[in-house]
Formats: sequence, C-alpha cells, structure tokens
Amino acid sequence: MREHPARERAALLLLLAAAALLPFLATALGSPATVPLASRIVIYGIAAASLNLILGHGGLVSFGHAAFYGLGGYTVGILYAHLAPGDPFLGLIPGSNQLAVTLPAALLVGGLGAAAIGALSLRTSGVQFIMITLAFAQMLYFLFASLSAYGGDDGLSVRRPNLLGPLNLRDPATMYWVALGALALWLAFQRRLVRSRFGRVLEGIRQNEARVVASGIRPYPYKLAAFVIAGMGAALAGALMVNAMRFVSPDMLHWTKSGELMVMVILGGIGTLLGPVLGALALVVLETGLTALTENWQVVLGPILVVVVLFSQGGLAALFRRRPASDAPGAAGGRLPRLLSWRRRHG
Amino acid sequence: MALLLEQLLNGLQLGVMLFLLAAGLTLVFGIMGVINLAQGSLYMVGAFAGAALAARTGSATLSLLGGIAAAAAVGMAMELAVLRRLYRRGHLDQVLATFGMILFLNQAMTMLAGRQPLFVAVPPALEGAVEIIPGVPYPVYRLAIIAVGILVAAGLWLLIQRTRLGMLVRAGATNREMVRALGVDIRLLYTLVFGLGALLAGLAGVMAGPVFSVQVGMGEQILITTFVVVVIGGIGSVRGAFAGAMLVGLVDTLLRAFLPDLLRGAIGGPDADALAGGLASMGIYLLMAIVLLVRPRGLFPAHA
Amino acid sequence: MAEPLLAVRGLVKRFGGLLATDHLDLAVLPGELHALIGPNGAGKSTAIAQITGTLRPDAGSIRLAGEEIVPLHAAARVHRGMARTFQITQLLGDDTARDNVALAVQARLGHSFRFWRDARRDPALAAPAEALLDQVGLPESRRALPVADLSHGERKQIELAAALAAAPRLLLLDEPMAGLGAAESLRMTETLRGLKGRIGMLLVEHDMEAVFALADRISVLVYGRCIATGTADEIRRDPAVIAAYLSDEEGV
Repeated sequence: MREHPARERAALLLLLAAAALLPFLATALGSPATVPLASRIVIYGIAAASLNLILGHGGLVSFGHAAFYGLGGYTVGILYAHLAPGDPFLGLIPGSNQLAVTLPAALLVGGLGAAAIGALSLRTSGVQFIMITLAFAQMLYFLFASLSAYGGDDGLSVRRPNLLGPLNLRDPATMYWVALGALALWLAFQRRLVRSRFGRVLEGIRQNEARVVASGIRPYPYKLAAFVIAGMGAALAGALMVNAMRFVSPDMLHWTKSGELMVMVILGGIGTLLGPVLGALALVVLETGLTALTENWQVVLGPILVVVVLFSQGGLAALFRRRPASDAPGAAGGRLPRLLSWRRRHG
Repeated sequence: MALLLEQLLNGLQLGVMLFLLAAGLTLVFGIMGVINLAQGSLYMVGAFAGAALAARTGSATLSLLGGIAAAAAVGMAMELAVLRRLYRRGHLDQVLATFGMILFLNQAMTMLAGRQPLFVAVPPALEGAVEIIPGVPYPVYRLAIIAVGILVAAGLWLLIQRTRLGMLVRAGATNREMVRALGVDIRLLYTLVFGLGALLAGLAGVMAGPVFSVQVGMGEQILITTFVVVVIGGIGSVRGAFAGAMLVGLVDTLLRAFLPDLLRGAIGGPDADALAGGLASMGIYLLMAIVLLVRPRGLFPAHA
Repeated sequence: MAEPLLAVRGLVKRFGGLLATDHLDLAVLPGELHALIGPNGAGKSTAIAQITGTLRPDAGSIRLAGEEIVPLHAAARVHRGMARTFQITQLLGDDTARDNVALAVQARLGHSFRFWRDARRDPALAAPAEALLDQVGLPESRRALPVADLSHGERKQIELAAALAAAPRLLLLDEPMAGLGAAESLRMTETLRGLKGRIGMLLVEHDMEAVFALADRISVLVYGRCIATGTADEIRRDPAVIAAYLSDEEGV
C-alpha cells in the first residue's frame, strides 16, 4: 500500500519524454506513417482513460461513451463547416478552425451532453444502466446521421488546416505532439482526481455503495460529476481525432466504438493509470496487424476478446506486475508495475 | 383512417418481433442474471439460415424449422462454450465477452453470405392480402406474424404462470441460490433456457426475412431497440417486455409514418424529410427518457 | 419523560399481502441504549431499514430530535446525526481500515467535491480516523491492510468506528455481536457500554446476554408490532413477551 508519488511522477515524465521522441525515430527509420498511427493511439488513449474514470474507478459500466467522443468530434466539424461560408451556427455562433476555440467548445458540448444523458441514466443501475447508455448513444448516432446539412451518413470533411496559435495541425508531428500533450495533461488531471476526496467517494461507490451512503454521502451527484468529467475527456479525444483525421462522421458515435473503448480499458487494465493507453496501443496495433493479414480481422479479434475476458485477470497491466520490481531495470521500469498495478475487480 | 389502421397493424407487427427478442433477453437475464448482447446475432443467424433454406429448398416450413434450429443450436453452443463461465462474473465481463461474440458472428456471417442484403419471398401460402375492414387490404403474411407473436406470448405466459420453470423466472436472478437449493439440474436448465431464448430470437429472424432485408448488422439494430423495450417495460419482467414491445413498436411505426407529413406542413423544404427521419428514429429513445423520468424502474418492474 | 431522540409512530410497511411493519411505535431517549428484540421474521430488519432510509414506509412518521426524517435520503439522515452499522458488514473491501473510516470523516466535514488534494495525505482526515480506530480498539498493525483480509470481528470494529465518525446522536446497531467470538463479543459490549449516556442507541441483537446486560430499555417486536417496552426486569416478567418470544427462544 506504500506509495511514492514523487518517484512515480518522475517515471511518468521520463516515459512522456521518450514518447515525445517518436517522430524523430520515425523519420530516422524512414517510417513516416508511424506518426499518424501513433497520434490515433494517443487520442484513443485519452478516450479510453476518460472511460476508465467511470468504469474502472466508479464501477459504472457505461456502454455509450462514444456519444461524447462523437459530440466532441462534431463540435469541431460543425464549427469548421460554418467558417468557410461565414454564416454563424444557429445564426449566433461564428465558425472557427482555431483549436483554442474549438477544443473548449467541444469540452463544453461533451460535458452538456454527458450531463443530460447521465442525469437520466444514473437514476438506474446495473444492466439497466448499460442498456440505457447504449440506447442514448444510439439516439445521438441517428441524430447526426440525419443531419443532412452536415453530411448525414457520409460525414463531414475538415479540409483547411486547424490551427493552434502558430502551429499547423496538418503537420503529423505537430499533431502528434499536441495530442501527446493533451494525453499527458489529462492523465495528470485524472491521477490527481482519483486520489482526491472526490476520487475516494468514486472509489467507494465502485466497491460498495451501501458503505458510501452509510457514511453520509449521496452517491448520485458524485456519479453524475464523474460522468460529466469522463464525457468531457471523451469529447476532448473526439475533437483531437477530427483534427488528426480531418474528417467526422456518425461512425464516431456508432455503438461498436463504445464497445471498442471498453475493450481498450479491459485489455490494458481497468482502474489503472496507464492501462487504458496500453489498451489503446494494443487494440490499434492488433487491428492494424490483423487487417494486414485478412480483411476479416474481426473473426480473429472477437475470439481474442472472449479469451481475454474469460482468462485474464487484469489485462496487459497485470503482465507487468508479475515481474518483481527489483528485477526491473531503471527507474521507469521499476515504477511501471505500480502505475499499472492491478486491483481486485468487482462486478 | 385506413392508413392509420394499416400503420397500427404495422406497429403491432414490429411490436411482436421486438417482444420475441425481448422475451429471450428477459428469460436469460431473469434466470441466469446474464446480459447477452449477442441475442441480436441469434436473430441474424435465424434470418440467414431461414433465407438460405428458403432459397435452396423453396419450402417455407423447412425454412422456418431450420432457421429456428440454427439459432437455438448457435445459442446453446454459445452458452456451453462461453456464457456458462460468466454467470458469476460481473456485467462488465458479460458485456465484453458477448461483444466479442458479436464481432465474430457478424464477420463470420459476412464471410459465409457476403455483404449484399438477401431478399426472401413471402411463402406462397401466405401471399396476398385480405381486407381487414372493407376497403382496407392488409398483407396476410404480416397478419400471420402478429398471430404467431401473440400465440408465443400466450405460450410464454402459460409457461411462466403454470410451470416450475416459470416459478424460477418469477423468483428472479436474486434467488439463484434458492434455485440451486431446490436441486434442479442447474447446468442443463440454463443451457435449455438459453436455447429457448435463442429459439425465440431465431423465430423472429426467420419471420423478419420477407419483411426486412436480411443482412449483417440487422441484429444489433434490433438489439438496441430491444434494450429500449426492456428498459421501458421494466427489466426481468415478461409482462413488461410485452407492454414495452407493443408501445415501442407502435410509437416507432407511427412516428415514421406520420411525422414527415406533419413536419412538411410545419416547416416545409427538403430538410423536413431528413429531419423527420432523424426525429422519428429518435422518438423511442425520447419515450425511454420520459419513462425513466417518471418511473425509473420501468412500467412493470419485476420485483417491486 | 424527556423528548425522545427517535420517535417512530404508526409505521406501516407492506410487502404484497404481508404486513412487515404493523403500526409500529417506538421511542429512543437521548443517551439511552434501547434494545429491539424479537423472533426471526418479526420485522426488525425492515424497521431498521425504514429508520435508516433504505426502505420507504407506506405510512407513519419517524422523527429524529423532533424533525420528520421520512422524506430525507439515507445519507441526509446521517448528517442529521443518525449513523448505523450493518448486520453483514458493508465496507470497502479493497481499502484499508483507515480509508474506510476516513471516508466517513470526510463525509462529516461537508461535501466531497474536492478534486485536487491527495485525500490519503490529508491530516484533517487521517487524524480523526486514527483516533476513532483507537477508540474501538483496532490494533495499529491491522490498519494498513485491505479490509477484505481482516477478521469478521475486526470488520465490525471498523464499521463502528466509521459510524462514530459521523458524530452521531443516535446509533443504530444491527446485530453487532453476530458472528463474534466470546472475547470479541465482550470487547464490543464494553465499547457500547462506554458510549452509553453520550449517544442514544437502538440495538438489534439476538445475544440475549448482551441485551440484558446493556439495555436501559427493551422493546419486543412480534409480527411487525411492538408488544412491550420496558426495563430488562419488566420484559422478563411480561406475560405477553414470555408467551410470544422468550419461551420460544428457550425451547431452541
């Protein structure tokens, strides 16, 4: 149970520095396509980490997280769509391609969406909660698929460069660094959050809601706050993804996307700091690798998933933990097990 | 007036299809406490097997029996291979494992049958239409679906009210230990119940063939609608599943039928249709939201 | 008679056709240890659930220090000064005894919408938690282990400490001795005796020895109804009680 936040922080910063070197490595190895792929992994890492906040720390099995990911993406897409013609959204809000504008807007929209959906679905629990979050996400999917002004089923392209001050996000390396920075900030924020009083309540709700109530805490407001924060994290990821892909479509809100985000969390290690990022890495690499082998890669992925659920206890993160800390070389290796440490899982 | 009657019947027909799926979900959840996302895949298996048999043999009876049998067989295989290991696990594990099975079954079906939607002819015996009231013809096949759905509902009602199995359903997932204590061969019972749920999904799938197009992904579309049904009706209650299915079937059908005209009248323009389509497909979710506000546990909660 | 700390009047709860709580009247005086006894199925747990707020009564009133609390959420009742322990302990199994008690401490200190500071390193939570664990006598060496690895008796101690963290005026104790060994039972009896006079307690307990040793007054519940209330001696002599309960109990 002993923790060493200072050493852990040092290890994380080291890891971040190593990740920041990736574009140089890719250039040196003559593999420029690695950089956009890495951006995708990093961005999915943010989305999966945000889901982990409610799923891993709060025990809320939300099957609709893609809704907020998509809301964030569409915020960027729609603001961009109103930039070129110069007609404001709903006659009020001018379009923009500035990340400093579109990102906060995406966070706001994602947060509001999560507040509305969360306020309703958190009135229930268990299987009902799973079904309701899934259903509301599907409702938004239908909504965006029917918005013919924004491309309907086909989606919307974001052709002009999105700008962050002087930075042009069409440059893959710049995009990667911005995404990596966002991931680092989000994980730092979430790490503090989980340890705070708020995080203790959330953790209590996961483990035993009756205990939380008996302590004198009404769980609902805390669940809702966590749901909204997680929704904003997903919206952040969605906004970045649309910048990276320069495209937004209803597929971002499809129910399978919610499923994939859950898979990332479980694959990497639920309730751990870096687990979801590892899970995003694993799933994207697996998907890319399997796609190269066969177009029917889901025939392989499905059973892999079933086997992981049936036989793994704790995802990839648990593999790191087996190794005694003393055997691990260097500070980063030595601290990794803690960052990924596996916890007992409760239904 | 004639149009309204026709749409009401269409709503009823969608309702009984949803009921068949929702009843399977409810049985499986009520007895084993498992949430099975792959229920929609079983519906797809039934539809494809039925369509393939209809095309090869031309026999509607074989198509029906084969479709049901295929769904039940795949369902029981799923239970034996995977789901029985998940009864004591949390819902999260159940969701993920069944999600994995959906990915597998969908892709496997694509490999077997291709991406093109299949169209299934209405069985000759059920072709044509009858006038339900003078001047209003309605397809016999759709009436047959409604009749089958109502018969199944009645059968399930008898099963649940009059048999030991029904007692187990009514006792609910919370009393699984009691069920064990009664000395029922629980493993066999679970496999059979799962098979029954799969069979109902398969039946819905076969019957859907001539009405909707048969294609990969049809399962999840209806699965999510079925979740709305279950949430509205109240989880774990077959009566709730029936009420929810009828309500959702009617609301969805009527909105899709009448909303475009209403909107065209109100706002006009080419956007009206797209918007009406979007709003109509959102309608049942909004209905769910309203039910949640008023009765968070659904209209007929199982254990009030 | 002083104004009761807890006043239950005409409480009714039906489950289908079964009347689980049948116009129950009950009063706990400030600082009094009031035992609630009755045969299995008498409706003790149902009554406790309604008083704590996990179950909504069909009719009747529950007043805490004069305030009607039926409309209040269970958590709000804790803030009004009513804490509880469970028959089967409800703790955060992955967390330590310190964490479990600290959660209750932080609940008393106000809302928990504090997102920044590390709660485990917050002396405002840690110090009171340690003091409470001292009070219930959980050894230092057991305080940093996950609660799931502790003994049943230790978990009962932790739960009592968490309940006391709410600084309650009234403590509802649902079978605190159940499953305890003789020594643990004795220690719990002593802890409760130490609280008498300061905190009002409603004690549901099957251990008659403990009940008769501790209780200022006893109420006997049969079929959801209170058939007698009085001191230990009065209850021992009450013919209705003997008929309905004690003879039964001795026969076992």
